[in-house]
Amino acid sequence: MSAGSVAIVDGGGANIASLRFALQRLGHDGELTQDHDRIRAARHVILPGVGAARAAMNKLRAAGLDQLLPTLRQPVLGICLGMQLLCTTSDEDNVACLGIVPGTAARFEPSSDRPVPHMGWNRLALARREPLLEGIEDGAWCYFVHSYAVPCGAATAASSEYGRLFTAVLVQGNFMGAQFHPERSGTLGARLLENFLTRY
Amino acid sequence: MRDGLVVKGVQFRDHRVVGDILDLARRYRDEGADELVFYDITASPESRSVDRNWINRVAGVLDIPFCVAGGIRSVADAEQVLNFGADKISINTPALDRPELITELARRFGSQCVVVGVDSRTESDGYRVYQNTGDPAKTRHAGWSTVEWVRQVQERGAGEIVLNCMNQDGVRRGYDTDQLALMRENCGVPLIASGGAGAIEHFADVFQRARVDGALAASVFHSATIHIGNLKDTLRAQGIEVRT
Repeated sequence: MSAGSVAIVDGGGANIASLRFALQRLGHDGELTQDHDRIRAARHVILPGVGAARAAMNKLRAAGLDQLLPTLRQPVLGICLGMQLLCTTSDEDNVACLGIVPGTAARFEPSSDRPVPHMGWNRLALARREPLLEGIEDGAWCYFVHSYAVPCGAATAASSEYGRLFTAVLVQGNFMGAQFHPERSGTLGARLLENFLTRY
Repeated sequence: MRDGLVVKGVQFRDHRVVGDILDLARRYRDEGADELVFYDITASPESRSVDRNWINRVAGVLDIPFCVAGGIRSVADAEQVLNFGADKISINTPALDRPELITELARRFGSQCVVVGVDSRTESDGYRVYQNTGDPAKTRHAGWSTVEWVRQVQERGAGEIVLNCMNQDGVRRGYDTDQLALMRENCGVPLIASGGAGAIEHFADVFQRARVDGALAASVFHSATIHIGNLKDTLRAQGIEVRT
């Protein structure tokens, strides 16, 4: 794997076609891999995630990636469930996650006007300025699909609200995450991915 | 969609080619559409599967979510569509033929990507569900009242319902807001209005009176009668929150 490359961590089962296309539109080829050497050598690492937390963590553990990922020094971006996996635990089956960022993903409580999963376009509230959010305005719209969310904490760079406030973007050193899907969030999403690839 | 081309009919008849799929996908993306839905209307009646290669090309140009409907009869069909890059799959006649399919899809992929399309017609005794609506010769009553079916698909795990009011489809006289408001009362998941949009005020009307989560339209956008950007500006000016 060459310098400037992007490794997409293969957590198994995750649909990554749209993410690869989004990277291609920015001039990058994302390689789907579980290979430790390739991930370690990549310039940028993306941890996508669709599905259940326990199944995803089992896949990562089976490949020894639960040990590798916390040791990475290059920029790492978790997307959706991938962002939640960076945290300590998930209430989804009480599963222990990677423990890189403090926080526990908790389920949304459904109500008559707020069905769960939280699915659709919602707005960002910027908590602080980060290079990852360069060019992205407070109140910008992005596309979410999730039933669990990480409460706001020290790593929260942007929040969103669905019955309660939750972390929409997190930044803790070289570890970053987006609860929404940048690959499906129009120009805002493309900008976040571009910032990740060019400003870190 | 039929044979890889985009078509649109009036009350499901007389389809004509209205444009190349990728050009339309790009156009609607740039106009500010929040989501696109691609229907293969011939798939279910002819008992065949869609040629799905176009999905991958669509996924390559779109940076907004999109949904594929037509000919999805199994978990394997759905998996193929999702692997090609679609965000959601929508089922209609196959769900009526075998309602367990909804549960199977929701368990495997999550409710968030399982959309159930409902074709509903106003009858003397209320609203009734129809199936095989892609082919007028095979269209028939499905044996459900629309309210019962809307409740049933939610119990089985549907994450979203697109309600197509057949009396209104393609005629541009406005959405059936009475019917949609009734279904809204019976629907705890996102409800999308479909059928009848002809003018910008029809969109404002359905959001305000039926409190739907989304409004779907084809003819008025294909014909450029309504530009999505202008539509959203007008809705926003009326206090309806829409994505910028």
